[in-house]
Amino acid sequence: MTNYNTHILICGGTGCKSSNSEQIVENFKSLLAQHNMQDEVQVIKTGCFGFCEQGPIVKVMPDNTFYTQVKPEDVQRIVEEHIIKGRKVTELLYTNPETQKHVSDSKHMEFYKKQVRIALRNCGFIDPENIEESIARGGYEALGKCLTEMTPEEVIAVMKASGLRGRGGAGFPTGLKWELCAKNKADQKYVICNADEGDPGAFMDRSILEGDPNSIVEAMAICGYAIGATKGLVYIRAEYPLAIDRLKIAINQAREYGMLGEDIMGTGFNFDIELRYGAGAFVCGEETALIHSMEGKRGEPTLKPPFPAVSGYMGKPSNVNNVETFANVPVIITKGAEWFSSIGTEKSKGTKVFALAGQINNVGLIEVPMGITLREIIYEIGGGIKGGRQFKAVQTGGPSGGCLTTRHLDTPIDYDSLVAAGSMMGSGGMVVMDETSCMPAIAKFYLEFTCEESCGKCTPCRIGNKRLCEILDKITRGEGTMDDLQQLRNLASVIKDTALCGLGQTSPNPVLSTLDNFWDEYVEHVKDKKCRAGVCKKLLSYVIDPEKCIGCGKCAKGCPTDSITRTDYIAPGHKLASMVINSEKCIKCGACLSGCKFGAISVQ
Amino acid sequence: MATIKLSEDKIKIIKEICASFNNNSGEIINVLHQVQGKFGYLPAEVQELVAHELQMPVAKVYGIVSFYSFFTMLPKGEHPINICLGTACYVRGAEKVINAFLENLKIKIGETTPDGKFSVNCLRCVGACGLAPVAMIGDKVYGRLTPDQIPAILAEYN
Repeated sequence: MTNYNTHILICGGTGCKSSNSEQIVENFKSLLAQHNMQDEVQVIKTGCFGFCEQGPIVKVMPDNTFYTQVKPEDVQRIVEEHIIKGRKVTELLYTNPETQKHVSDSKHMEFYKKQVRIALRNCGFIDPENIEESIARGGYEALGKCLTEMTPEEVIAVMKASGLRGRGGAGFPTGLKWELCAKNKADQKYVICNADEGDPGAFMDRSILEGDPNSIVEAMAICGYAIGATKGLVYIRAEYPLAIDRLKIAINQAREYGMLGEDIMGTGFNFDIELRYGAGAFVCGEETALIHSMEGKRGEPTLKPPFPAVSGYMGKPSNVNNVETFANVPVIITKGAEWFSSIGTEKSKGTKVFALAGQINNVGLIEVPMGITLREIIYEIGGGIKGGRQFKAVQTGGPSGGCLTTRHLDTPIDYDSLVAAGSMMGSGGMVVMDETSCMPAIAKFYLEFTCEESCGKCTPCRIGNKRLCEILDKITRGEGTMDDLQQLRNLASVIKDTALCGLGQTSPNPVLSTLDNFWDEYVEHVKDKKCRAGVCKKLLSYVIDPEKCIGCGKCAKGCPTDSITRTDYIAPGHKLASMVINSEKCIKCGACLSGCKFGAISVQ
Repeated sequence: MATIKLSEDKIKIIKEICASFNNNSGEIINVLHQVQGKFGYLPAEVQELVAHELQMPVAKVYGIVSFYSFFTMLPKGEHPINICLGTACYVRGAEKVINAFLENLKIKIGETTPDGKFSVNCLRCVGACGLAPVAMIGDKVYGRLTPDQIPAILAEYN
C-alpha cells in the first residue's frame, strides 16, 4: 500500500461539479504525474463540503488549507506553490467579508464554527466510491456491534432512548416506528429508505448519498436486524444520477466485503438492498404513495391506518425512514443514546441539516444542533443578507412550510417551535428572502407547485388548492377584495382539515403563514393596489421625475407602446421639456428605466 | 388495438427491455425508464407494446406515464433546456431567465423549436442552489444566470 503524505480533497458534489470540479481533479492528477508526485500526493474526489457559495472547493490535508472558488487553471499554482514549495496560495483562500482577512482553516470560518456534523460527518472527508475510507472512519462498526453484542430489542431500545425523530419533516420518533414494525410478525418485512427528495430548495439527502453512501447502507442493515427484515429498498429520484451511481458502488462494495448479502460478518444475518427509481412526483415522498410507486402503480397516497408498519410494500410490514434519519443511526449505536440526546432541545434531539439558500451570502448545506436560533443561522453561519439588504422572511419546510419573519429570529429551532410559529421543519430547506420578495407572490409560487403536484385523488387538495391559487393570482393582479382575503383563510383551513395525505394537509401553510405574518402586505395589494417589493407587474407604475428629466427623449424612442410623450414643463436649469409616461398605455416592460442615464425614472 | 407502426428493431429493443424485467408488471416504472432512455419519449405505440408485453391494460400504462412528470409523450429537442424553478432560484430571479430563453427561442414552455434543436421545460430544484438561478442544457449545468447571458449560451449550440 502506498503511503501518501498529502491528500488533496476536491468537492465532487452536484454544485461544484457544475462549476467544473471534475476538470480540477484531472488537472491535479496530470500535473502531479508530471512532477512525479503521484505516489506522495493522493487526489480524492469527495462529497459535498457544504459551502456551495464558495465552490468549487479544494482542501489540502494534513495542513487543512481550504481553497475556495478554484478554477481549473488555478491548479498549477496550488501544485507548484503549495504542494512543492509549501507556501499557501493566499489569493485562493477564503476572505472573511468583515475583516477582509484570509482564513485558511475551515474551523475558523464563521460558516463552520457553529456547525455540529453528525449526519454529514463524512461528507467532504472521504472518497465516497471507496468503502475502505468509510471503514477507516468507523463505518460498519455500528453494524458489527449490533450483530455481535446486541439483540434486536436492545437496538430498538437505544434508538428510542436517543430521541431521534424522522428527518423527513414530520418528526415521528424513529425508535417507536421501528418497534411498531418489529412487533408485527410476517414471513417477509422490508426496510425502505425514502430518497425521493422533492422539496424545491432542499438537497441534503442527495449530498449524504453522494458524500457518504455507506452510512445509509449500514443503517438500513441495522434497521433490518432490529425489525427482522432481510430486504431493503431505496426509493430514489431518477433526477439524481450521481447519487444513484455512488449508492450502487457502495452496495456492490458492501457485498464484496461481506457487509451485505448472506451471512453478514459471519453472524448468520442476511440482508440485501435493491434500488427503485422515482419518476418525478412530489407526492411520492409521502410513505404510502412511495410504496405504491415502488409496486409499479401511480403514486397515490392511501389513508392511514393501516400504517406501513402493518401493511406496506407488497402488503408486508415495512419501515420507511428518510435518508438523513438513517445517516444518524450508526453514530447513535457507536456513541450511545445518552451522547445523542445530550445535543438539542428537550423534545428534538440531535442535529438537523438545512439547505440554506436564497438571498443570503453563504449559500450551502449546514448541520446545526436543534435549538439554534434563526438569527444565528442567518447572520452568523449565513453571513447575513446579500448586498446588505434588509431581512424580510425565511421560508422553512418547502411547499408544506411557512414563512417566518423578524419576529421569529430568536426562536430556538426545533420540530415543535416551528409548528407553533406556523411553519414546519420539513426536510430542511431554508430559503431566505429580502425586501425584493413579495409575500402574496411567494404564496402563489408554492400553490402553483402544489397544484401541479397534487395527485388528484382527494377533492380538497385537487380543487381547493386550485381555488386558493386563483384567488392569490387575482390579488397579485390587483383585482383582489377584502372578501377574498377572508375566503383564502377559510378555504385554507378547510383544506388543512380535510385533505387525505400530508401533501394536502400542509399545502395551505404558505398561505396561512404569510397571511398571519404579512397581513399588511396583502391589504396593500387589495386596497392600495401596491406591491412594495416591486414584483407584481400589474401593480407597478413607472414615473418620470420632471425635476430630474433633462428631456433627451431616449425613453420615448425605446418605448414599445409609444406611451411616453413630452410635456411643456421645463425644469429649472434644463433646456428641454420633461417627458411623461401614460400609465394606461404602459405595459411595464421597464425598457425606459434601464435606458435612463439620469435616474429620472422610478417604479412606484 | 391500434396497429403498431414501430420498426422491427425498435420492437425488438422494447421486447428485450421488458424481458430483462421478466415481463413483470410490477417493474413497469423501471421498464418505462429504460425505454424512454433509449427513445427519448414514450409515444402511444410504445406504451401499447409495453402494455402487451407486461400483460397489463394500456390504460394502466398511460395512467403511469401521465402521472409522473419524468415521462413524456412528446419528443424533446436535440438540446433539452431545463430551467430550475426551485424556491432558491425563484427568489434569485429564475422567471427573468425563463423569459429570456423563451424570447430568444420564440417558443413556449414545453415546446420544441421548429428545427428540433431546443426544447424548454421547467424543473424543481437540481440541488445546485449555491449557483442559483440555474438552467441545464442536456447534462451541462449553467449557474448564476442573468437574462443577458442567454443569447451567448444558446450560440454555443449553433
